[in-house]
Amino acid sequence: MEAPQDTVAGLARALHERRISSVEATRDALARIAQAQPRLNAFITVDEDGALTAAHAADAAIARGEAGALTGVPIAHKDVLMTAGLRTTCGSRMLEGFTAPYDANVVEGLKRAGTVLVGKTNMDEFAMGSSNETSYFGPVRNPWDTRYVPGGSSGGSAAAVAARLVPAATGTDTGGSIRQPAALSGICGLKPTYGRCSRYGLIAFASSLDTPGPFGRTAEDCALLLNAMAGHDPRDATSLDRPVEDYAQRLREPPGAKPLDGVRVGLPREYFGEGIAADVAAAVADAVGTLRALGATTVDITLPAVKHSVPVYYVIAPAEASSNLSRFDGVRYGHRATDYTDLMDMYKKSRAEGFGAEVKRRILVGTYVLSHGYYDAYYLKAQQVRRLIADDFQRAFARCDVMVGPTAPTAAFELGSMSEDPVQMYLNDIFTIAGNLTGTPGISIPCGFTRAGLPIGLQLQANHFDEARLLEIAHRFQQVTDFHARSPGASA
Amino acid sequence: MALTLDDVQRIAHLARIEIDARAAAAAHAKLTTIFALINELQAIDTQGIVPMSHAQDVALPLRDDAVTEDDRHAEFQKLAPAVEDDLYLVPRVIE
Repeated sequence: MEAPQDTVAGLARALHERRISSVEATRDALARIAQAQPRLNAFITVDEDGALTAAHAADAAIARGEAGALTGVPIAHKDVLMTAGLRTTCGSRMLEGFTAPYDANVVEGLKRAGTVLVGKTNMDEFAMGSSNETSYFGPVRNPWDTRYVPGGSSGGSAAAVAARLVPAATGTDTGGSIRQPAALSGICGLKPTYGRCSRYGLIAFASSLDTPGPFGRTAEDCALLLNAMAGHDPRDATSLDRPVEDYAQRLREPPGAKPLDGVRVGLPREYFGEGIAADVAAAVADAVGTLRALGATTVDITLPAVKHSVPVYYVIAPAEASSNLSRFDGVRYGHRATDYTDLMDMYKKSRAEGFGAEVKRRILVGTYVLSHGYYDAYYLKAQQVRRLIADDFQRAFARCDVMVGPTAPTAAFELGSMSEDPVQMYLNDIFTIAGNLTGTPGISIPCGFTRAGLPIGLQLQANHFDEARLLEIAHRFQQVTDFHARSPGASA
Repeated sequence: MALTLDDVQRIAHLARIEIDARAAAAAHAKLTTIFALINELQAIDTQGIVPMSHAQDVALPLRDDAVTEDDRHAEFQKLAPAVEDDLYLVPRVIE
């Protein structure tokens, strides 16, 4: 049986009713983090003093009757998000000693909503990876079985929420980096529409794809966090000026007998084909059955260009990364080599020492595809195929409200099992990448377990700005299932 | 469009990353498998398809031509490896 404070909604209620103080909840989170750190390595930096100061302030606000929806709730931020006055490393030696001079927009929003920041979570270096094994600070381990990866790149945030260290955390999703670790770690992770949440203060990897979003145990918790993260921000030129809804509102309405009556669920043929592990396919088929039982109708659809999304991504994302990461030159911030002969040698040595193998590999790929004589063949070609994929999505959304399928083709894999084969690792994101290329929102929710007891994720995808619908369908699913309520300790 | 070892050295120079012969050979092997994946794109017919450079086709907004940032150079320069008289220090480039 879970404690009510294991969820954001439950804890916020307990705080509001003064059944628990924020200082107590924060001390509890800090104690759990300290205890789990040697086993999971989910955190890079823990800010005990800052957290307790914020918790005292939250308790004072609650006592004055000034509490908001998230006042006093401890959370963690992925270490790709800038946090003023607090070390922000991006999982890299390059930024090992970097203290952010300002807050990211989503960090500001969650601070304004009253959350208490306990620390910064481990991640693949510069968010490049699907297993959290590329972090300079060592791999994160999956709380369900520490021989396995938690997924990536937001692996620390996913593991921290899955292990009940904090009720919620932030992540960023460039090719699946929220949804895939949510699936592999047995929690919920939402990638909002591109432009819904500002990228200001998010250390850039691939600017046309990077999207901040929340992790929680329930869809309701993701909605509560999204309420504080969404909105227009003039400091991000790609932030879109669209009204922000109360994403939790529809979730509060009583479900009724057939709460998904009238919802058309698309089943893309490509999401149910070869290469999907048998227990994943079975759990997803059961989940589709549950959606039907809740009143949804299903429609067979096809996304023929989606099979090209991995190669398209591995042109566009490295191209943008090679440009974005050129700012790390050892001059204004970040690592500088100690021995060098001249300026060129200083650049080259600083970057060779500061970046890890996967980051360098992607910078090299990006530099090549953008170099003279290759731009049209690679970069322009990839942008054209990106259009074909986006057209597939729009044709599909003319026939259905959401698409469902597995978040990843398999459950978590063992540490070290794919690190020598980058392409095999990249293919783990086959179902998530298209959502980044098209800018459409997606959520991963728990829908079952493998025979070995590892969690399986169901991905729901919707059209631009349809987060409220995604969250409502996920919430109705969670009202009649209990996969999200199981915790790693209980399965052992 | 096979990637050669010389290509790896050339792009590492363009990317300003020091790479020795052994690292270049190791990178070459992995990059070759990555480009085998990427080269699948060449078989797709994209004639007449408008390239998509962004997740949504919206025009970038213009903002007023006005100063909106405070002067925080002292704070930002605290992050730099070497600073003197408000200037970033780098090895001498002009003799």
